[in-house]
Amino acid sequence: LGAALCPGSSPPSPSPLCFPPTVTSEQIEHLHRRFKQLSRDQLTIRKENFDSIPDLEFNPIRGKIVHAFFDKRNLRQESDGLADEINFEDFLTIMSYFRPIEMNMDEEQLDRFRKEKLKFLFHMYDSDHDGKITLQEYRNVVEELLSGNPHLEKESARSIADGAMMEAASICVGQMGPDQVYEGITFEDFLKMWQGIDIETKMHVRFLNMETIAHCY
Amino acid sequence: GQRSSGSPINSSHPQSFAIVSFEWDHVKDPYIITLWILVASLAKIVFHLSHKVTRVVPESALLIVLGLFLGGIVWAADHIASFALTPTVFFFYLLPPIVLDAGYFMPNRLFFGNLGSILLYAVIGTVWNAATTGLSLYGVYRTGIMGHLNSGLLDFLLFGSLIAAVDPVAVLAVFEEVHVNEVLFIIVFGESLLNDAVTVVLYNVFESFVTIGPENVTGVECVKGIVSFFVVSLGGTLVGIFFAFLLSLVSRFTKHVRIIEPGFVFIISYLSYLTAEMLSLSAILAITFCGICCQKYVKANISEQSSTTVRYTMKMMASGAETIIFMFLGISAVNPEIWTWNTAFILLTLVFISVYRVIGVVLQTWILNHYRMVQLEIIDQVVMSYGGLRGAVAFALVVLLDVNKVKEKNLFVSTTIIVVFFTVIFQGLTIKPLVQWLKVKKTEHREPKLNEKLHGRAFDHILSAIEDISGQIGHNYLRDKWSNFDRKFLSKVLMRRSAQKSRDQILNVFHELNLKDAISYVAEGERRGSLAFIRSPSTDNMVNVDFSTPRPSTVESSVSYLLREKAGPVCLDMQALEQRRKSIRDTEDTVAHHTLQQYLYKPRQEHKHLYSRHEIMHSEDDKQDKEIFHRTMRKRLESFKSTKLGINHSKKLNKIHKRDRGQKRRNSNVIPNGKIPSENPVQDFTLKEKDLEFSESEENNDYETLHLGKGVDFLANVTKQNFTDTPTGIDNPVFSADDDQSIYMKFSPWLSSEDTVVPSQRARVQIPYSPNNFRRLTPFRLSNKSIDSFLLADGPEDRPRSFLPEATHM
Repeated sequence: LGAALCPGSSPPSPSPLCFPPTVTSEQIEHLHRRFKQLSRDQLTIRKENFDSIPDLEFNPIRGKIVHAFFDKRNLRQESDGLADEINFEDFLTIMSYFRPIEMNMDEEQLDRFRKEKLKFLFHMYDSDHDGKITLQEYRNVVEELLSGNPHLEKESARSIADGAMMEAASICVGQMGPDQVYEGITFEDFLKMWQGIDIETKMHVRFLNMETIAHCY
Repeated sequence: GQRSSGSPINSSHPQSFAIVSFEWDHVKDPYIITLWILVASLAKIVFHLSHKVTRVVPESALLIVLGLFLGGIVWAADHIASFALTPTVFFFYLLPPIVLDAGYFMPNRLFFGNLGSILLYAVIGTVWNAATTGLSLYGVYRTGIMGHLNSGLLDFLLFGSLIAAVDPVAVLAVFEEVHVNEVLFIIVFGESLLNDAVTVVLYNVFESFVTIGPENVTGVECVKGIVSFFVVSLGGTLVGIFFAFLLSLVSRFTKHVRIIEPGFVFIISYLSYLTAEMLSLSAILAITFCGICCQKYVKANISEQSSTTVRYTMKMMASGAETIIFMFLGISAVNPEIWTWNTAFILLTLVFISVYRVIGVVLQTWILNHYRMVQLEIIDQVVMSYGGLRGAVAFALVVLLDVNKVKEKNLFVSTTIIVVFFTVIFQGLTIKPLVQWLKVKKTEHREPKLNEKLHGRAFDHILSAIEDISGQIGHNYLRDKWSNFDRKFLSKVLMRRSAQKSRDQILNVFHELNLKDAISYVAEGERRGSLAFIRSPSTDNMVNVDFSTPRPSTVESSVSYLLREKAGPVCLDMQALEQRRKSIRDTEDTVAHHTLQQYLYKPRQEHKHLYSRHEIMHSEDDKQDKEIFHRTMRKRLESFKSTKLGINHSKKLNKIHKRDRGQKRRNSNVIPNGKIPSENPVQDFTLKEKDLEFSESEENNDYETLHLGKGVDFLANVTKQNFTDTPTGIDNPVFSADDDQSIYMKFSPWLSSEDTVVPSQRARVQIPYSPNNFRRLTPFRLSNKSIDSFLLADGPEDRPRSFLPEATHM
């Protein structure tokens, strides 16, 4: 029983790439318990429910993260806007963005897997849903990120964002002509920036495994 | 009248005063030591003369061979093995620098991320190796193949325990040249560091067992042994952490004794080693953890210069110690008295350590892979098994054995030497081809990217948030809690206030990137033989300052020198360069460059002696730092925005014109500035330096006016403007805020010495961020807004003036 439930470690068991591919029933059960705990036994979760998580309080980008749970772009394809409340299935969808890589993935699956994760990240930065991370959006993110350091001023954060944006421009566009304008990071550019960084091994949460490992004993 | 109050020899022969006396005995010991070190260092030079050899053969192997060779010579000369690697020298003087270096530069995140795996390999793996090797050898001995040996089971286990441990020195020496991927490296290397506690305990336990005799070994003794493992390892770690805390705390208050600042790092770390040794805890663990724990705070606290000093001294000592260790391993082997040959024993030892290493690694990896996110592949396991090098630690331990207790000491010593030589030379030689053949994932050295760091930071927060939301306690959760704790308490206690402010990873990367940009600008400037970079603002200056002198940079000094000299040819050349750059042509550039170098660099080198003085006299001025820091950033922003705004070419040309004009004006150096006469400069040069700044800001004003539409006919107004717009120049907020300018100016910048800028070389060095560098730039930074003509030639990057007006609607 144990081996079959340990996705990362078990000998590859062919799993269909349907929703949510690697989350096992054990994990779903666990997440469901957690969901109910958060929603206070309601069927849906609202933003306010996340306030009850004490550890989240110190997270500088907590707003962005919570927001991502209600971002319809993350929940379903071809949809946009903001949901007021999400049900358990949506909750699971978001969580599955953080599942770890699987041993038996081929190149194509890996690529899609990677893109999925990046898309999630991209949506988090692109707060006005226009498909571009503009300088202003980037600045907001960086400001929030650095807000944990009380000594750092807003202007520093802004300059850093500007520097990062410049870097992005130079990666994505290369040498720009004098009349050229870089409006913002598109998703394609975003992919370009992430080239060579194996996000699939970074953007995962151990918990999706840990629970089952506990059952492995 | 021979009342020489000199040396004792003189007083013992009062009848004649020896003008020169040969006192070999007096200096013998330090003299020989120094000579050996010199020989080892020279050997290193020789090895590296041939790139081909060092690429194939690891240095450690070469050194051992050299040692054998030198040992042979010494032996042939006087037939006594007078030089050998003694355990005292090794453990007290040679090992600590290497381990401290390893700890101080440990990639902490990687290390703690893989701590579980490392501990498993270090503890279980070493015990496994020791037990299996010892038992197997004993088993084979019982069959009688080895003939009769005067030792029992315990002796074999003792031998197994000292031969089991993977050696940090050997592993570092070989793996540094192989460049396997970082996870693999940290696992093998971490194992070799942390297994010390196990080795020490096993060694001590079995040695005491041998001493009391096998018949007295009871279960209680075994339990004691296990308890002592925990005491030794945890105790060593705690000692290390304690001294790390102490060191960080001390480094917080060294602001006024910058000169001895680096010394604390070494002294306190060494103290941790000695303390652990005194308490018979694991000294290697102590000094490793001292380095690991203190690095963050110490690096933040000490000044840029001290940090560089620490870095280089540590590397120098570590690599020197390593060189000596390997050479003396070779020399020690040339001593017929220790050689006892037993083919079966030696061969079987080699076989057993290799085989059991492989089995151990495979078994442990199999277990680990159930828990690891990033799996360890078969290839990794091969490299890990193959990288199990034994080294000087084993040798020193075996030499320590008491021949009265362990009767077969000589056999053990010989075997250890063979094992060490085999692993270091043979495996060291073959591991590179093996790694290439297996296509092991190698480290790719990447430039740090700001985006990457930002996303990385975002990741940490996202992942810990997801763990929070899903109600799990995982890695990210723990790291998040730790970093909160660190920020709230530890950093407050252990870091300087100024360091707390600026100490942020992202800021560091940002700073590093700025420097890199600057370096590449300078490199480009030098390549083109142009001096434009000299006048380029902000970032470019930082390069020089950061690396070089504590005092103002090459850039400043060159410019100021230029101004002071008012030498025609120089300025003319600069002008010529400006012209040439417009139509990019390099024919004469080399000549011009040469001329400029002559004029600019040479004089500075004559003033070397003045240079180290000032660094201590400086106190930090945070406000200024901040301002300057913002300016750097603004500069980046400006160029970014300019790309966005896309300003057309005619303005560029105008700017060039204006620059030329500014140039001429500087040549003649007659235009009086509104403020300068009232300034009462302390020194003559001060005036000129300021003159420069004023003129630069004037230019900017020119440009602004131009921007507003004066456009074409500005040339007509040129002269007038020059005289009229000085007050605006003074309006520059930074400039008027800089009241302590004159203090700063007391140290004439061009007197600072610095070698000619060699960006390519420096670019290799990582430059940590330190706030105090900024302030030294102050005077020159005022010219921030001036137009960098070098950039101009390059195209779109440069459009400084647009910043202020547009800033709001971004």
